[in-house]
Amino acid sequence: MHIVVCIKQVPDSAQIRIHPVTNTIMRQGVPAIVNPYDLFALEEALRVRDRLGGRVTVLTMGPPTAEAALRKALSIGADDAVLLTDRMFAGSDTLATSFALSTAIRKLNDELPVDIVITGKQTIDGDTAQVGPGIAIRLGFNLLTYVSQIEDIDLEARRIRVHRRAEGGVQVIDTPMPCLITLLEGVNTLRHGSLPDMFRAARAEVRRWSREDAGIEDPSRIGLKGSPTVVTRVFAPKPSADPAEQLAVEGRGAGEIAVDMVERLFAEHAEVERLIHGHA
Amino acid sequence: MNDKTEDSKPKGRRFKLDPSLEVYKGIWVFVEQERGQAHPVSWELLGEGRKLADRLEVPLGAVVVGADEALLEPICSDAIGYGADLVYLSTGEVLTDYRNEIYTQALTALVNEHKPEILLLGATTLGRDLAGSVATTLGTGLTADCTELDIDPDNRSLMATRPTFGGSLLCTIQTLNYRPQMATVRPRVMAMPEAQPERSGEIVRSRFALDEASVLSKVLDFIPDEAREGAQLPYAEIIVAGGLGMGKPENFQLLFDLAAVLGAEVGATRPVVQAGWVEADRQVGQTGKTVRPRLYIAAGISGAIQHRVGMEGTDVIIAINTDPKAPIFDFATYGIVADAVQLIPALTEAFRQRLAVARAAS
Ligand SMILES: Cc1cc2nc3c(=O)[nH]c(=O)nc-3n(C[C@H](O)[C@H](O)[C@H](O)COP(=O)(O)OP(=O)(O)OC[C@H]3O[C@@H](n4cnc5c(N)ncnc54)[C@H](O)[C@@H]3O)c2cc1C
Ligand SMILES: Cc1cc2nc3c(=O)[nH]c(=O)nc-3n(C[C@H](O)[C@H](O)[C@H](O)COP(=O)(O)OP(=O)(O)OC[C@H]3O[C@@H](n4cnc5c(N)ncnc54)[C@H](O)[C@@H]3O)c2cc1C
Repeated sequence: MHIVVCIKQVPDSAQIRIHPVTNTIMRQGVPAIVNPYDLFALEEALRVRDRLGGRVTVLTMGPPTAEAALRKALSIGADDAVLLTDRMFAGSDTLATSFALSTAIRKLNDELPVDIVITGKQTIDGDTAQVGPGIAIRLGFNLLTYVSQIEDIDLEARRIRVHRRAEGGVQVIDTPMPCLITLLEGVNTLRHGSLPDMFRAARAEVRRWSREDAGIEDPSRIGLKGSPTVVTRVFAPKPSADPAEQLAVEGRGAGEIAVDMVERLFAEHAEVERLIHGHA
Repeated sequence: MNDKTEDSKPKGRRFKLDPSLEVYKGIWVFVEQERGQAHPVSWELLGEGRKLADRLEVPLGAVVVGADEALLEPICSDAIGYGADLVYLSTGEVLTDYRNEIYTQALTALVNEHKPEILLLGATTLGRDLAGSVATTLGTGLTADCTELDIDPDNRSLMATRPTFGGSLLCTIQTLNYRPQMATVRPRVMAMPEAQPERSGEIVRSRFALDEASVLSKVLDFIPDEAREGAQLPYAEIIVAGGLGMGKPENFQLLFDLAAVLGAEVGATRPVVQAGWVEADRQVGQTGKTVRPRLYIAAGISGAIQHRVGMEGTDVIIAINTDPKAPIFDFATYGIVADAVQLIPALTEAFRQRLAVARAAS
C-alpha cells in the first residue's frame, strides 16, 4: 500500500485580523498551522497503513516554511515527506495547484506505485474543495469525495469500498484503485505521535522538490501564468443599510415587550403573520 | 493568487478575448436532480442566470442529466418556467445514480458541443464534486461559493464575488482568457425566482450512450438520511436562533419551545455548536448554512460578520441582546435590549395567545 496524503499549511484563520484603514490582511504574527481538515486525511491514511502495511508519503506545495507542516506529519507517523517549493508556484489557483501536485504524485508513483491519494475536504483559507477533484482528473484516478468511511480494501482485486456523503444520504460505492479520496471531517481522532516518531521527525530529511525536480517542464502551467482565475478586486463588505428599530424597554416587563413586538411584527409584516397562521 | 489578495483597488480589465474563444456564447445552469427531484438551488441559479443572460443579450440554458426521460420531463418544463430558454437534456441508463466519472463525461461533452461562455452550479456536495472535475477536464477557471455574480462592463466577462478570510473581506475573481467561466453558488445565497409556467422554451435532447460494463465505479447502496429537522435549515421560512448569550445548553429548550409555536427551525452560532449545545447542521454562517427565511429571531447573538453572511438575506430580523452596542443591532429590523432568557418565553406566550385569538375569531 502506498498512500499519498496532501496537506496544506494555512494561516490560523481564528487569528487573522484586517487592517482597519487599508482593508488589507495583516499576516504578520499569524501562526501557520496544518489545515485542520488535512489531519483527518493523515490519520485515515495511517490507519490503513497500520492495517495493511505499506507507506504513507505526505506532500505539500508551499513556501520553504511549509516544511514545518511536513515535520508535524512525520512526528505523527508518516513515513516520508516531500515539499514542493519554487518561487514559480506563487499565485497558483486551484487548476495550477492540482497540476503541480499531480505531477509530483506521478513522480512519487515512479518510485513506488501509488494506490490511494487522500486530501482534506477543503482548506480553511481558499476553502474551494477543488484541488482534490482536480488531482484525480489529472491522474485519471477515480474520485471519491466526502468519504466518511473506508469500509473495505481488497488488495487482490485492487478495489476499495467506501461510504461517501451525497445529497440527502450516504452512497456506498465500490471503485478500482488507484483512487483519490477527499475525507470528511470528524470521522476519526488524530493519534498522538509516538516518542520514536517524534525523534525521527526532528532528524528526518524532508525532500525538497523545485519545479524541475518535480518534472514540470512547462512553466506556463503553474503559478500566475497557469491560473485561469484572476483576483481583480478585494474590498470590505458594505456597511449595513439601516440600524434596527429599537423597541422601548425602559420600565416594561418581558411580557409587555413581547406583546408589543408581536403586534408590531404582524402590523408591519402581514406576510409573516400569514405564514405563522398557516402553520398554526 | 494569495499574494494578490493584498491588492485593494479595482482594475480596469480591458483585454482582447482570444478569437478562438469568441464562439462560446450563452449562460448555462447545471440543474441538479436526484430521482426526479430537482434541488432548489438550481432554480435560484436560473433566476440569477436570467439576469446575466439579459445583460449579455444571450440565451439562458439549463442542463438536465439523468436516466429516465419521463421522470426528467417535468424538471425540464420547470427549468423553462424559472427562466431557461433552452434545456439540454442528456439521458442514458448509466446516469441513474450520481457518479463523478460519468456525470463529468456527460457534462463536458455537452459543453464541448454547445460551448456556453458561463457555467453555473450549486455549491452542494454534488455540485462541488462535479464542478471541480469538469473545470479541470476543460482546463478552465472555477470560482467557489460565490455570493454575487455580475458582468464586467469593460469586457463582458463574469465577475464572481466571494467572501475571503471568514467573510471579513470580499474578493472578485474573473476568468479572463478561458472558456467557459465557471462558478458555484451555495443554496439560498440567491433569491428564488417567481415561477412562470406560461414561459416557453426548447428542449434539446441527446443520448448518453455508454454502457454500464465500461463504468468502473459501482454504487452498491444508498442510505437516505433520517428526516433530520436541522438539515432543513436552509429552506426554513422561520428560524429561531441562539448564541452564547443564551447562557447554557438547557436554555436552548426555550428556543425549541418558541420554534414549535411558530413552526420554525432552530439555528445557532458557531461557538454554540462547538460547545456541543446543538448539532452541527444547525450552524448558520460562513462555515455553516446560508439561510434566507422570512423571519429570523436572533437571541443572544452578537452578530459577527461570519454569522451575518449566512443570514443577511432574511426579510425580517428580530434581535434580542443585553448589549445595546451589539453589532447585530446594526442590521436587524427590530432590536430589543433585554435578557433573552426572559424574553423568549414571553414571546412564546405572546405568539401563542395571539394565535389563539385569531383561531377563535375564524
Ligand atoms: C481567499 C481566497 C479565495 C480563493 N478563491 C479561489 C477560487 O475561487 N478559485 C480558484 O481556483 N482558486 C482560488 N483561490 C486559490 C486557492 O486557494 C489556491 O489555489 C490553493 O493553492 C488551493 O486551493 P484551496 O486552498 O481552496 O484548497 P482546497 O481545494 O479547498 O483543498 C482541498 C485539499 O487539497 C489539498 N491541498 C490544497 N492545497 C494544497 C497544497 N498547496 N499542497 C498540498 N495539498 C493541498 C489539501 O489536502 C486540501 O485539504 C483562492 C485563494 C484565496 C486565499
Ligand atoms: C473562519 C471563521 C469562520 C466562522 N464561521 C462562523 C459561522 O459559520 N457561524 C457563526 O455563527 N460564527 C462563525 N464564526 C465565529 C464568529 O466570528 C463569532 O465568534 C460568533 O458568531 C459569535 O457567536 P455568538 O454571537 O454566539 O457569541 P458572542 O460573540 O460571544 O456573543 C454573545 C452575545 O450575547 C449577548 N448576551 C449575553 N447574555 C445575554 C442575555 N442574557 N440575553 C441576551 N443577550 C445576551 C452578548 O451581549 C453578546 O452580544 C467564525 C469565525 C471564524 C474566524
